[in-house]
Amino acid sequence: MSLGALSDKLLATISELLAKYPQPRAALIPILNACQREYGFVSAETEAAVAEVLSIPVIEVRETISFYSLLLRKPAGKYRLQFCTNISCSLLGAEESVATACRRLGIQEGETTPDKRFTITTVECLGACEMSPSLQVNDDYYANMTPDKVDELLDKLK
Amino acid sequence: MEKILSKNFFNPQARSIAFYLKDGGYEAARKALTVMTPQTVIDEITRSNLRGLGGAGFPTGKKWSFIPKDSPKPKYLVVNSDESEPGTFKDRHIMEWDPHLLLEGIIIACYAIGAHRCFIYTRGEYYRFAGIVQAALDEAYGERFFGKKIFGSEFDLDVVIHLGAGAYICGEETALLESLEGKRGWPRLKPPFPAIVGLFGCPTIINNTETISHVPGIIRNGSEWFADLGSPKNGGTRMYSVSGHVKKPGVYELPAGTTLREIIYTHAGGVRNDRKLRAVIPGGSSSPVLKPEEIDVKMDVESLAAVGSMVGSAGVIVMDETTCLVKALAIISKFYQHESCGQCTPCREGTGWMTRILRRNLEGQGVREDLDNLPRLAGNILGNTICPLGDAAALPVQSFIAKFRDEFESHIRNGTCTAVR
Repeated sequence: MSLGALSDKLLATISELLAKYPQPRAALIPILNACQREYGFVSAETEAAVAEVLSIPVIEVRETISFYSLLLRKPAGKYRLQFCTNISCSLLGAEESVATACRRLGIQEGETTPDKRFTITTVECLGACEMSPSLQVNDDYYANMTPDKVDELLDKLK
Repeated sequence: MEKILSKNFFNPQARSIAFYLKDGGYEAARKALTVMTPQTVIDEITRSNLRGLGGAGFPTGKKWSFIPKDSPKPKYLVVNSDESEPGTFKDRHIMEWDPHLLLEGIIIACYAIGAHRCFIYTRGEYYRFAGIVQAALDEAYGERFFGKKIFGSEFDLDVVIHLGAGAYICGEETALLESLEGKRGWPRLKPPFPAIVGLFGCPTIINNTETISHVPGIIRNGSEWFADLGSPKNGGTRMYSVSGHVKKPGVYELPAGTTLREIIYTHAGGVRNDRKLRAVIPGGSSSPVLKPEEIDVKMDVESLAAVGSMVGSAGVIVMDETTCLVKALAIISKFYQHESCGQCTPCREGTGWMTRILRRNLEGQGVREDLDNLPRLAGNILGNTICPLGDAAALPVQSFIAKFRDEFESHIRNGTCTAVR
């Protein structure tokens, strides 16, 4: 049975989430978020287990996952560097920070370092335009990024 | 001027319920639930001229009055804390610095519309801020401000904080409802409006974070006080998010109807390095751009409509003379292409075409016909889609080219940008 793909801790979290909604399907995205926090991404096995928990077809789980940019179907690095390159951040030179991170880590935007520590992505507005250029690393925001600050941060995250 | 929503910003102590209670916190909710009827609450909000502050500017009291009184179905309040319009970051500040203000507003709003369950929908990136609101909610449950028989009344209320997973479209209210139901965020056709058929098919009111956070002040101080703070038909204060080429980017709480000039030059410190102003986007990236000579406009719904733009989410994006406006528009256009949900053909295809043409112009490969084709493409999207994302993609393209055609022409002629360096 595919539920084996989910840890006991995760199954307990899922029960708590299901109790919050009048319809189980509404818990789908919170459940997927919880799975991703546990495993780093949503694997095909996880998809199948979640579909079983909610008694919905796997394809509906995948349809939802593929719509949302924060849900990952492949593993990412330990640190996900998400550089905003939308209008306010770009006006203040966001691209230079992205270029610095790519050069320093030897990867392109969208890629993960071979040691699986860093993934670089450019993202749309993070809702932090007063911090432009802004960067989100996992859940944390970093403000006023410059090439020098990218260097400093990468040293710290080593 | 008196600050209502931002008076506790940047004070980490202010988040605690003890601090909030010392300042008269939750007294407005107690007043509403113990001495007011739901209808008198709605009337008070209507008279205050509070309008939706997420972007559409719909009168809040009027929206609440659409909830059917005789429906046997459960009713829901959904707080839209998705905040994704580029240039907007005010709701994040409220969640981070004054979460109890939002929670108290929720109690009053739910009482007014007869909802016993509220969902706060916020974007996945705001994980930390959702955590702050959750901690405040736990404290408030501890004081029995949520749960059963609140303030000794017969009113029960539970709140769930729901994190999305990255999709701008989920800030559109019906896409948000789909997402909250666990589906991809495809906007619904209206009518039926959510007040009649909303979340799980039940009557639902969707209000923005800032809108709901104004409710306690109105109940505490009265609708007249609130209406007098703003401009005609636009009550109270507004949170103006200012970003781009200004000396002091940030959120400024000022009366509704403050002029754009005052916001930029008096509060945000003016243009950085004292450069010349080139262009301003007044209400989030979807609102039509303004020229420097237009910034004496008042930031309210009617005044901005009169100059062909929108107050929207009041996200002010300032661009100085060094800005390449072709690049600025290319970035905005690429954003709406990326975020188009793909449901309506004009938006799905049109945003792609506009983005590709703009990229070509940015790379010096533009042709003269582009400047006629772009507004024409935009015109074929405008009004032809289920939700306003199509308009949001079209309006910047039309306004940038109408107002700054010379710069686009110069790009095509010279194959490069001629902005001041």
